[in-house]
Amino acid sequence: MRYAYYPGCVSQGGTPELFTAMKAVGEALGFTLEHLKEAACTGAGVLQERDPELGDTLNARTFAMAEKRGLPLMTICSTCQGVMGQANYRLKADPEYRTFINKYLKPEGLEYKGTTEVKHFMWVLVEDYGLNRLKEHVRRPLTGITLAPFYGCYVLRPSKKLGYEEHPRRDTYLEQIITALGATPADYSGKTRCCGFPILTMNRTNSLRMAGDHLLEAQETGADAMVTPCPLCHLNLDGQQPEAAAVRKVQLNLPVIHLPQMVGVALGIEPKALGLNKHIVSTRAFAAKVPA
Amino acid sequence: MKTVNLKVKRFDPATRKSKFQDYQVEVDDSAAVLDAIIEVREYQDETLAVRCSCRSAICGSCAMRVNGHAKLACMTKVSSVSPNGETIVVEPLGNAEPVKDLVADMGPFWAKVKQVQPWLKPSLPAPDREYIAPQEAMQDLVGAVNCIMCGACVSDCTVLEVDKNFIGPAALAKAYRFVGDPRETQTARDERLSQLSKYGGIWDCTHCYECVQVCPKDVAPMERILDIRRAAVAAGFRDNNGTRHSDSFARSVKHTGSLDEFRLLPESLGLDDIAAQLKFVPTALRAIAKGKVPSPLHHKRPGAEHVTRIFDEMEKE
Repeated sequence: MRYAYYPGCVSQGGTPELFTAMKAVGEALGFTLEHLKEAACTGAGVLQERDPELGDTLNARTFAMAEKRGLPLMTICSTCQGVMGQANYRLKADPEYRTFINKYLKPEGLEYKGTTEVKHFMWVLVEDYGLNRLKEHVRRPLTGITLAPFYGCYVLRPSKKLGYEEHPRRDTYLEQIITALGATPADYSGKTRCCGFPILTMNRTNSLRMAGDHLLEAQETGADAMVTPCPLCHLNLDGQQPEAAAVRKVQLNLPVIHLPQMVGVALGIEPKALGLNKHIVSTRAFAAKVPA
Repeated sequence: MKTVNLKVKRFDPATRKSKFQDYQVEVDDSAAVLDAIIEVREYQDETLAVRCSCRSAICGSCAMRVNGHAKLACMTKVSSVSPNGETIVVEPLGNAEPVKDLVADMGPFWAKVKQVQPWLKPSLPAPDREYIAPQEAMQDLVGAVNCIMCGACVSDCTVLEVDKNFIGPAALAKAYRFVGDPRETQTARDERLSQLSKYGGIWDCTHCYECVQVCPKDVAPMERILDIRRAAVAAGFRDNNGTRHSDSFARSVKHTGSLDEFRLLPESLGLDDIAAQLKFVPTALRAIAKGKVPSPLHHKRPGAEHVTRIFDEMEKE
């Protein structure tokens, strides 16, 4: 299990516990992650909005780095996955476009030939690693725990450009992983909706309403925690949870954990080593409920 | 023939209450969801209200939610949403008040479309014959022109769920059809872009791709909203948090290779907007207490000079 590793800006900035957790989980599962430290930000859809070709060039540069190493690319961010996945879709589909983009990579000695696969850790676990193999590593099954999945838009839509034709059940992987670890997935309509983070600075009230609605719906299922593969969703759902509660005039106290943290807890890794003490909404009650 | 189990959300206008009702019908193997609904209405329950017309994915009348997502019922095969005989849940469009059963009130939808003044405001005086536009100039508008106004995108819009003031994906895609039209006067175009840049307009879209996912005609309304954003910024409508956010984002990536999260928030809000900045102080203090505030010393990633070069070259072109 060797991957060119693209952790994304936010896991190295606003949610450092995600980076820590992935490192611990990767080691426990026997992953070899070659961190592409020279790779640039994906653009997160923001650069693509200014200049789509610029966004695709920065991502082609990253794909070329992975291709040079002969490795698939793994990320731990739904937003990075979606943006890179769409860029890769365009670059693979159109050799002429790739040639156009490659002329900007040439001065660095890079060329993207269109062979790199880009996969979120969530997809890697199900499609490459295998849930049965994952189960073999579980030391502390999450029995009796209910977890509310929250995907993040960019690993779901637009499905045509994100590999859903080949892997049509990618929109159920979080539930599959939760189940494989021994927990029960909560079902609620907001799990595939938007957390509101992209408009936090443009329309703060709407952003917090969106986060608040999904958190409340998840909390009302009786979930012990929410789990997300997207650090940007985490910034809103955990970081802004007190404000979201205030905007919606409700009581919210739902821990929001990152996907690698959930896996790590089930593998028996200590909560502190997974950064569970770094959350705005306390994860103590959740961690305490995990059977010893 | 196959058996279809339908769970239909019914709305009674007399009591203003909704409830689900189950039906079972036999339909042809190649049937669409609309065929099954019509089968119910014609042979089991004539009180079931549904709006439809062409049955060929042209008129847009039969848009409704099928298993939670907006679709044209006439172009949605039963086999695609119920491959193993699962119950199909059918509801009226979201983000709209039901009139009866599967018929949604489209009044607010059309009001939003009218709000963007969906007509051409060409140069005067009028020419002797029709306005001529070069084909290549219109090519970009093909996507937006394909819209059949079915309301699927509005139904599943995540922003409209929390704010009815948002103009919404259908009306904004329609607005792009005129913003991008070369026959429109500069004054009219600027007036449009000015209006669309305000609260409730282009910068309120949250980039969730729901509208792109559900559009049956590949209009990709969100992409059209981004087209308008580009046009608005290029035309000088830059005094908004969306443009500031984009500028801050691009600046840090260009010079360091990565996003400078420490500067992004204050720069997006506007450094002189103290009231907006103060709203985020509690968030920042909580993050500091947990030791997770991004460093104010934003270091360059190795190889950042190549990122800067790519920006420079592409910006020049």
